[in-house]
Amino acid sequence: MATTYQPTTTEAAAEEPVNYLNVEHGWKSWLFTTDHKRIALLYLFSITLMFITGGAFAILVRLHLTQPQGLFSPETYNRLFTMHGVVMIFFFLVPSIPATLGNFLLPIMIGAKDLAFPRINLLSWYLYMGGALFAIFAVARGGVDTGWTFYAPYSTTYSNSYVLTAAMGAFFAGFSSITTGLNFIVTVHKMRAPGMNWMRMPLMVWANYATGLIQILGTPVVAIALVLVGIERVMHVGIFDPNVGGDPILFQHIFWFYSHPAVYIMILPGMGVISEVIACFSRKRPFGYEFIAASSMGIAILGFLVWGHHMFVTGQSVYTGIVFSFLTFFVAVPSAVKVFNWTATMYKGSVTFESPMLYAFAFIGLFTIGGLTGLYLSTMATDVALHGTYFVVAHFHFVMVGGMVVAFLAGLHFWWPKICGRMYSEPWAKFAALLIFAGFNLTFLPQFVLGYLGMPRRYAAYPPEFQVLNVLSTAGASILGIAFFIPMIYLTYAWFYGPKVGPNPWQAKGLEWTIQSPPTTFNFDQTPTVTEEAYNYGPREENYVA
Amino acid sequence: MDADTLGMWTFLITEVLFFGGMFAAYAVYREMFPLAFAATSEFMNVKIGAANTAVLICSSLTMAMAVRSAQISKTSHLIRYLFGTLFFGTIFLVVKAFEYHAKYVEHLIPGPNFHPDNLAPQFMHNAQILFFLYFCMTGMHAVHMIVGVGLLTFLIIMAYRNAYNEHYFAPVEMIGLYWHFVDIVWIFLFPLLYLIGHWHW
Amino acid sequence: MWASSYRFLAEIPFVAPIASKEAGQIDLLWWFLNAVSLVMTVVIFAGVIGFAFKYRKKPGVDPVPVHGSNVLEITWSIIPFLVMLIMFWWGAQLFYTSQNPPKEAEEIFVVGKQWMWKLQYPDGNRGMNELNVPVGKAVKLTMASEDVIHSFSIPALRVRHDVVPGHYDALWFRATVPGKYRIFCTEYCGDRHSQMIGYLNVRNQDDYNNWASGGSTGTLAEQGQALFTQNGCSTCHLLNEQGRCPILKGLYNKPVLLNDGRTVIADDAYLRESILQPNAKIVSGFEANIMPNFQGQLSEENVIQLIAYIKSLASTAPPSQTGTNPPAGTGVPPAIRKPKTILKEQAPIAAVRAPQQ
Repeated sequence: MATTYQPTTTEAAAEEPVNYLNVEHGWKSWLFTTDHKRIALLYLFSITLMFITGGAFAILVRLHLTQPQGLFSPETYNRLFTMHGVVMIFFFLVPSIPATLGNFLLPIMIGAKDLAFPRINLLSWYLYMGGALFAIFAVARGGVDTGWTFYAPYSTTYSNSYVLTAAMGAFFAGFSSITTGLNFIVTVHKMRAPGMNWMRMPLMVWANYATGLIQILGTPVVAIALVLVGIERVMHVGIFDPNVGGDPILFQHIFWFYSHPAVYIMILPGMGVISEVIACFSRKRPFGYEFIAASSMGIAILGFLVWGHHMFVTGQSVYTGIVFSFLTFFVAVPSAVKVFNWTATMYKGSVTFESPMLYAFAFIGLFTIGGLTGLYLSTMATDVALHGTYFVVAHFHFVMVGGMVVAFLAGLHFWWPKICGRMYSEPWAKFAALLIFAGFNLTFLPQFVLGYLGMPRRYAAYPPEFQVLNVLSTAGASILGIAFFIPMIYLTYAWFYGPKVGPNPWQAKGLEWTIQSPPTTFNFDQTPTVTEEAYNYGPREENYVA
Repeated sequence: MDADTLGMWTFLITEVLFFGGMFAAYAVYREMFPLAFAATSEFMNVKIGAANTAVLICSSLTMAMAVRSAQISKTSHLIRYLFGTLFFGTIFLVVKAFEYHAKYVEHLIPGPNFHPDNLAPQFMHNAQILFFLYFCMTGMHAVHMIVGVGLLTFLIIMAYRNAYNEHYFAPVEMIGLYWHFVDIVWIFLFPLLYLIGHWHW
Repeated sequence: MWASSYRFLAEIPFVAPIASKEAGQIDLLWWFLNAVSLVMTVVIFAGVIGFAFKYRKKPGVDPVPVHGSNVLEITWSIIPFLVMLIMFWWGAQLFYTSQNPPKEAEEIFVVGKQWMWKLQYPDGNRGMNELNVPVGKAVKLTMASEDVIHSFSIPALRVRHDVVPGHYDALWFRATVPGKYRIFCTEYCGDRHSQMIGYLNVRNQDDYNNWASGGSTGTLAEQGQALFTQNGCSTCHLLNEQGRCPILKGLYNKPVLLNDGRTVIADDAYLRESILQPNAKIVSGFEANIMPNFQGQLSEENVIQLIAYIKSLASTAPPSQTGTNPPAGTGVPPAIRKPKTILKEQAPIAAVRAPQQ
């Protein structure tokens, strides 16, 4: 007698191979994991929440700015823009790619089973969460209003907001960043598979390694800056107080000594992602591989020498300013070199236009504009006119959102099938990419004009002649805000219901594409031996089964 | 170099940068107020500071011997030397506590009760910053010492359980590195805070 | 001629108002940067879009392994760097000019405090958030902050300088186009940061004279003289003979020997420090702890008035500060610190920034 055979759930599950997601279940297996891939997902979840928080502040800021006198009180507005900056920089941008994609991919890309210090990796996530709790607490209790830069003496003596709490949040997030960087550096030095020499490493690894160097060298300095602000605030001892001989400018030096290299922490991993994506979707090794790798290191080192370009109008000596201006132009060269190399990678390639590649195109265009506008600020005379205006705001949003966030999305889309074993909806992905590009430009291009016309940043109210440009900017922000939600939705949907894919849906090169999707806990059944150069791309095979 | 060792060295480099921020602040303010700094260091007890320096150097010696003992699997020696290091470290902290107490009694702690006696009037204005730097730098150093004492305690407990021998002594080595680093920070702090302006004993 | 051509351009919404020749020069650099950026953007966009389409995947066409070219790398490193050197040099030159006021610049004093700009003119006029200047005259603004860091900016003149508490900061301009231009505070300073705005009125000479004569309580120096008497300064700082305190007549901008062997210039910053922190520097031959500390009792505006008075004290004899005591050290051996030479102390550039000790 024939009955229709219905497989039980267990049997159906048994068909699915063991991977890092299904090997263990339960909250303890996540919160006490040492698997770098699970930690990457813990981070992804947390930073997405923080991104939404920071984004909510951004929407409120832009809504407020549709009216010359604002919608909220100035006190509220000042807290909104400060919290937007603090959350986005310390809790989203700085960890973003390294803690998620970097954590997930770096060991696999060099043929290792995990990072060098898996428990320290988990510790770094807990440090991040500790810091985030402080930040959320500060938000809930009314926020900080000093600007994310915490300039003394306003932050130490005059502000009536939760400076200490916010500073402690940033402090812990900083130590999370240090431990991540430390882990990456030791891993790259010590755990490469046989045959994986330095010049065979993927550029994503180079980028995260260079980022790690900046993280370990720069972050401790902002840690001490925040400690000093905290002590000054509590004990009023006068370290930055001019009434007792202290120097407010000293705070700026210590702060920017980290915060300038921090922007390279924020962009270098994105550049690594773009190198990978462009290579895969042009079917070619990145043009000038050695130069791209060297430029990552160059940016990391030179980035420590230019912090004074944030301080041209503070009264530092003209000669000091001249040195910083010159060195800033110097550090622009490696970034330009990368852009040229990515463009040249497509030359005589075989280019396709999947969504990761669309994000990569957007990155190149927007990062170019962002980087070029940085030149206006390195030029001392124009910086005098543009410092503290919306020109600066537009510049850094171009590089951080148009650059880093776009690169992050490119990476998420490229490696999503590897992370969860399923593919997302390509039409929605393309739509979201275009919408983000359009919304972004509409938001920030008018701000360059506003800055040139003189509108200062951090203004809760502005003269009416600036209203039209502000409204345009807000219109763009609304589009951008909606557009950012779209990938969150379809990527989550794909996680649970997307069509399954095999190890290498993109026919990409790299060790991560040789293992199953999703990977097993220890990545490789046997440590691979690397015998060929990186990016050994050729044409796509016809009738490839992903 | 092992991964562990590389990891610890990398961490120590971050510590250099961390203390470096304070050293930078010290350097800037010292350049601005050199005479005031010299005058402030008159308030530091050079003899006690020198004694503490000697104590820390001894502790580094015992720490190095401890690492050596682990490398040659002499657990009894290891425990002895770890105790020695712990002993010296604790002496340092106790002496520090007495020093801080003395500063408290003399109203030298920056804040509302700050009131240095016998300080030349032209330096009064900047005195608070200088004392603040003293407390901040030595205080941060003391925090690191306390962490070190905790780590030593952990090592002693593990050593009692025979955890370390010539095949596995990495934690001893790592913590030894950390301890030596904390010692070196003090070697810089002592002359910069205690010895400037002292041309006589 | 600058003025009329730029006035025409100013009708176009993308050219911000320009009210001085120096601003026009900075704008020229701005347009150069725009041109370079436009070219680079077009090149990159064209490159990306062009290559993406030309080399899009076509059946039967394989990618060609072109992996690098050292020549290209060097070329596209050096050429952009050279262009950037032009930007750097041009910008540094204009910046240097912007930090060096001409000698004939008239000094106007600005005190920033949360959340207003207070102005003091040499003829004694005062202003609140409104700065009045005659057209064509160089003006130097000497600025102080009473609380947090502010930043004084006039977009139409393309000038800006942070106003940091604890010392004086300065900027200068020569407005050539009459009109009313906005002033902004551009360093976040608290709740009403965006209300800390005002106007610069550039007036024709007659118009300015009319405005200036509109009543005052004496010139700035006269106001300072009143304070000098009211606060008891005149009891020690006798004008015609040396008392227990250094002579102030003719002191301004002259070198002063201090008791630790250093020589400093008695500029605005020195005078300010001497009033607010008198024990920071003791003149050679005099004692410490005699002059009262006026910090907290005199506002920055009062200090500005006093300095104007001291400046007005002309000298006939060179100020030789001998004092009643022979020059002595403080007991600290001179080996600790060599006397700074005069040249090193004279900082002709940038803000009038006081060495703190």
